[in-house]
Amino acid sequence: MRTIRDTWLIFDRSLWLTLRNPVWVIMGVMQPILYLLLFGPLLKNIASMPGFPPGGAFNVFVPGILVMTALFGSAFVGFGLCDEMREGVVERMRVTPMSRVAMLLGRSLRDVVILEAQAVILVVLSVPFGLELKIEGIVVAFGLLALIGLMMSPVSYVLALVLQSEDALAPVVNAVALPLLLLSGVMLPMSLAPDWLQKIADVNPLYHAVAAIRALFNANYGDTEILIGTAVLAVLAVITIWMGARAFSRAAA
Amino acid sequence: MNGQPIIETVGLRRTFKGRGKAGEVEAVAGVDLQVQAGRIFGFLGPNGAGKTTTLRILATLLPPTAGTARVVGFDVAKNPDRVRERIGYVAQSGGSYRSSTGRDELIIQGRLFGMSKAVAAVRAQEILEALDLAEAGDRTCGTYSGGMRRRLNIGIGMVHRPALLFLDEPTTGLDPQARARMWEEIRRLRETGTTVFLTTHYLEEADALCDDLAIIDHGRIVAEGSPDELKREIAGDIVTIGANGHSDKIVELMRAQSFVREASMEDGLVRLYVDRGEEAVPQVLRLLDGSGLAPSTMNLHRPSLDDVFLKKTGRSLRESAA
Repeated sequence: MRTIRDTWLIFDRSLWLTLRNPVWVIMGVMQPILYLLLFGPLLKNIASMPGFPPGGAFNVFVPGILVMTALFGSAFVGFGLCDEMREGVVERMRVTPMSRVAMLLGRSLRDVVILEAQAVILVVLSVPFGLELKIEGIVVAFGLLALIGLMMSPVSYVLALVLQSEDALAPVVNAVALPLLLLSGVMLPMSLAPDWLQKIADVNPLYHAVAAIRALFNANYGDTEILIGTAVLAVLAVITIWMGARAFSRAAA
Repeated sequence: MNGQPIIETVGLRRTFKGRGKAGEVEAVAGVDLQVQAGRIFGFLGPNGAGKTTTLRILATLLPPTAGTARVVGFDVAKNPDRVRERIGYVAQSGGSYRSSTGRDELIIQGRLFGMSKAVAAVRAQEILEALDLAEAGDRTCGTYSGGMRRRLNIGIGMVHRPALLFLDEPTTGLDPQARARMWEEIRRLRETGTTVFLTTHYLEEADALCDDLAIIDHGRIVAEGSPDELKREIAGDIVTIGANGHSDKIVELMRAQSFVREASMEDGLVRLYVDRGEEAVPQVLRLLDGSGLAPSTMNLHRPSLDDVFLKKTGRSLRESAA
């Protein structure tokens, strides 16, 4: 009970603070919009190439953009935590009897809400470019995006709690996020990749997330990638949330 | 004053892993403390003496490496949540978030201590008024002056009416006016029955504000008592002589005199501990004149806490703090 109540309190507070100063939210959605506008049109001609997965160009491309937004959106949430730590907010709350899991979960759920809002904007903007809306699939896909947020944001928070400064955090986050992104087939499908690259991608959870969301956007509801992607993300999210809660209860910040 | 102490530590130690070859660093090296309820207790020492580390252990933020600490009746390592319910803590880094308003910070703090929204809102208003922040309550904390922000941080620490409030260097960096204001607030807390445990490296603050003091250096308590008791330990008065390069000779000469309890030198100054300063000064002058050791300056003063620190550690706190 205490955990649920505290999670709500932290979620509510964090969300308000984010909305009061929404620069990062807007920046976070501007980049994928540019990809939609300036990169998306290139795909029209590639979509007919051999090896390109079935489905319209945008039904293949938008899932990748959504995963990219989810990944980068949640990978950098630790920056906000560094700011709060410097002002003593985390320490102050650690001297209250509040739930340590809630310190993490309240913030991560805020990140998920922001992420979903950005995803809605991107999907709506993609319709004029030729995205075909498969509503059931998109709804489930949004659930997978939430799992990506729940998996990645704790990683960012743990790194922030350990490294304690934006300067130290930025290169580490980039070093983690960029390979994850490149090996996930976000821009171009991994089916175009040579064998060895494909093998590496196989162990990247985000590769499975992209594959699952692509299947959902194309209404291939029987595709096993949907189950694989969901299971991988869910298991990893449980692990990272557990790690994150531990980091908050120990933080020597 | 006769009840259980509100803070009691036995053999408290905390070591940190050093960087590189330094090995382990002992930040707190066996601290035994007793703090009585209802007092303003000052923890005085230079930067890096172990004040903040001790405070963080007592506030449940850092587990001790060895020893025990009981705070508000509970062991900090075994029952941290019970301790947290009854203490407030204001870090040096503050605690209020600059993008949030003072009122919102107070309300969320109250709610994290289990208050309903309505109760927390009433309490927030109460505190804003008590701390003279009512008009600033709905502005973001980033717009506050240093003194206002510090007052708000203390307000956040006392939302749940803790029995014991920890303040880490509450006046560091404040201008004299804001500092005086802060002292006033801290005394008012004592009046309401709250025990205040604060760290400081300001001698004036320790002297003027605190009922009891512990002086810490290199992770150990070197002296303990009320400011007056501590100063009384240094019996009599202190005569400081500008030695004009004759320190050695002057010390030698003075040590031979029966009215001088002790003579020491430091930075070209000779310090004499004497019973009656006003009688000693003319005698010292005569002696120096007679030996051709004319002093450049002479100064008589009653012992200060700095003299206590100097006597216990061989260093001046003013220099170490600088």
